[in-house]
Amino acid sequence: MTDPTDTAEKGDTGGKGDTGDGAPPFLEVRDLRVRFTTDDGVVRAVDGINFSLQRGQTLGIVGESGSGKSVTSLAIMGLHRRGRRVAIDGQILLDGEDLVTAPAARVRELRGRRMAMIFQDPLSSMHPQFTVGEQIVEAYQVHNKVSKAAARNRAAELLELVGIPEPRRRLDDYPHHFSGGMRQRAMIAMALSCDPELLIADEPTTALDVTVQAQILDLMRTLQKEFNSAIIIITHELGVVAEISHDVLVMYAGQVMEHGPVEQVFAAAEHPYTWGLLQSITRLDHQLETRLHTIPGTPPSLINVPPGCPFHPRCAYRDVAGPATGTVRPELALTGPGHRVACHLPVAERRRLFREKVTPTL
Amino acid sequence: MTKADAVSDATERAGAAGQRRAIDPADELVRLTDVEKLFPVKRGTLLQRTVGAVRAVDGVSFSIARGETLGLVGESGSGKSTLGRLISRLVEPTGGSVVFDGTDISHVSARRMRPLRRDIQMIFQDPYSSLNPRHTIGSIVAAPLRIQGLARRGELRGRVRELLEQVGLNPEHYNRYPNEFSGGQRQRIGIARALATRPKLIIADEPVSALDVSIRAQIINLLDDLRSELGLTFLFIAHDLSMVRHISDRVAVMYLGQIIELADRTSLYEGALHPYSHALLSAVPIPDPASQRRRERIILRDEVPSPLRPPAACRFHPRCWKAQDVCRSEAPPLVEHQPGHLAACHFPEKRSVV
Repeated sequence: MTDPTDTAEKGDTGGKGDTGDGAPPFLEVRDLRVRFTTDDGVVRAVDGINFSLQRGQTLGIVGESGSGKSVTSLAIMGLHRRGRRVAIDGQILLDGEDLVTAPAARVRELRGRRMAMIFQDPLSSMHPQFTVGEQIVEAYQVHNKVSKAAARNRAAELLELVGIPEPRRRLDDYPHHFSGGMRQRAMIAMALSCDPELLIADEPTTALDVTVQAQILDLMRTLQKEFNSAIIIITHELGVVAEISHDVLVMYAGQVMEHGPVEQVFAAAEHPYTWGLLQSITRLDHQLETRLHTIPGTPPSLINVPPGCPFHPRCAYRDVAGPATGTVRPELALTGPGHRVACHLPVAERRRLFREKVTPTL
Repeated sequence: MTKADAVSDATERAGAAGQRRAIDPADELVRLTDVEKLFPVKRGTLLQRTVGAVRAVDGVSFSIARGETLGLVGESGSGKSTLGRLISRLVEPTGGSVVFDGTDISHVSARRMRPLRRDIQMIFQDPYSSLNPRHTIGSIVAAPLRIQGLARRGELRGRVRELLEQVGLNPEHYNRYPNEFSGGQRQRIGIARALATRPKLIIADEPVSALDVSIRAQIINLLDDLRSELGLTFLFIAHDLSMVRHISDRVAVMYLGQIIELADRTSLYEGALHPYSHALLSAVPIPDPASQRRRERIILRDEVPSPLRPPAACRFHPRCWKAQDVCRSEAPPLVEHQPGHLAACHFPEKRSVV
């Protein structure tokens, strides 16, 4: 069995984040593990993941509920309450500085100033008793020694930037006065208040209608061009990833199954779980006359993750992959430029299966 | 499949749908005529007075044929859920008529509605809140049978086990509680309950939106199988346009309480006529980065206006890039532009945006 840290030490963290020209990535996650101790046992929510991200690039993290995608992002933001019940190991390097070992006060300083997060449900992540303006002003003043009037001007500018009409007047509205799309814009405005270099968006458009989703994704793209920020977008929607990301990271049971440039992963996916995800979605652009392909079974409990490849009990090709699939955890290995896959199937076999079995069903 | 094949295939299917378009009255299971639902808006705590009305559904007419699956799409606040509830008579229309299987049910009393309830069943979005946590799944699935008096005590158990098996659940789990099941399994329980009374029409309101991608596909396949096995008629309400394309025969698009376009699925997805349909379809991301980048996107500005004060004439005109004076003064009627393809627009234009 190959220890996953090997790959990290080679500095091979995949995607376009790894430019190979020697420039250190802006964000680098090395062998990150997050475990929660519960009455039922230890939940291995994130179990040894590696990736890196450059400024100006967007990484899409996909996976189903319980795959560890949100836990990963909360770990980067330093939002897990460390203690007896939560253990975080590995390294999270933000511009070279390790956030895992940094004191809480230092992480708090970085959060907001250099990194910020947008949550799925803006109504429950904004305080209902304060106006939108007050909340943005507060967030801004924590990190900037400016007068209230100056902070308020900045808040109005931000609301205007994210496309809220009559920003000065809307500053005095409460979150419930805003529609879902407007609240998400206000939330983005708050996250942008200190020009963060890393923006993490956890299902930012899941609660929104498609036309509003298109507006928000458009906004995120425009802002990225303007500020050259690195963005991590967490979603279960493959279409959103295809639209906005440069790289995609497919997670399952707290582990990385596949990681690479988005064009590569969608056009030549190599992991059976990625195939399953691609096959089980309905398509807007063509009509399937057959039944949808499904992945049998359900995602595993993170307390009892199957040994070997965590996906093997649901994998249609586990017999082809041989007995190792049930005992040895596959290494996340490079198979093409920036493209990494954790699978026991031989590379040639994977490519043949994708071409012959999977492509015709998409 | 080559492109030419796809086109001829599509025309064939469109042709088949075209034949079905003029629904024979005998084939009609549901007929809506000018259905309207206004929810009064009240002000004041003690002496409430009506200050206006939300025009949730405003002048909707269409039919659903026996055995057909009609997809109903629209954004939040478009009135699609209210329309589903009007057809199942969970709410009473304030205007127009709802005819189900030859009976006008627009204003029938709850007592007279009860026997009809066995023919119209609903599947809800949230499998966590639509099942009573204190009841075993056996008693949840048996409830409609007991209430409708459809099974004798001795037969009840057998019928419930049969239903559980039909939706892919283990009949041995009869005595378990909802919390012992995953989201996908709970949705199966909800489907078994809906099937218990052997309904003619099932109204599924966002039945898979709360589920994970891989589970979604399992439930969609189940609905697909049940539909062909049992010859069910479906009203499938969803905001996921790709899902609706997969499951529906015909699709209706709603905007601010009105149907703005109605067509068989191929015509709608490959040649929609209404600018709002164009905007809606082009907003759906396609899981293919290469074609996604080539695609033309229509990004709508502003938000959906309030259904309290919908815009005059064409309701889409304030957001429409094609709007002319006539759109601000005259409401476009929903008329047939091609066989079976209806749209409510003064300047309809066939356009493919997917």
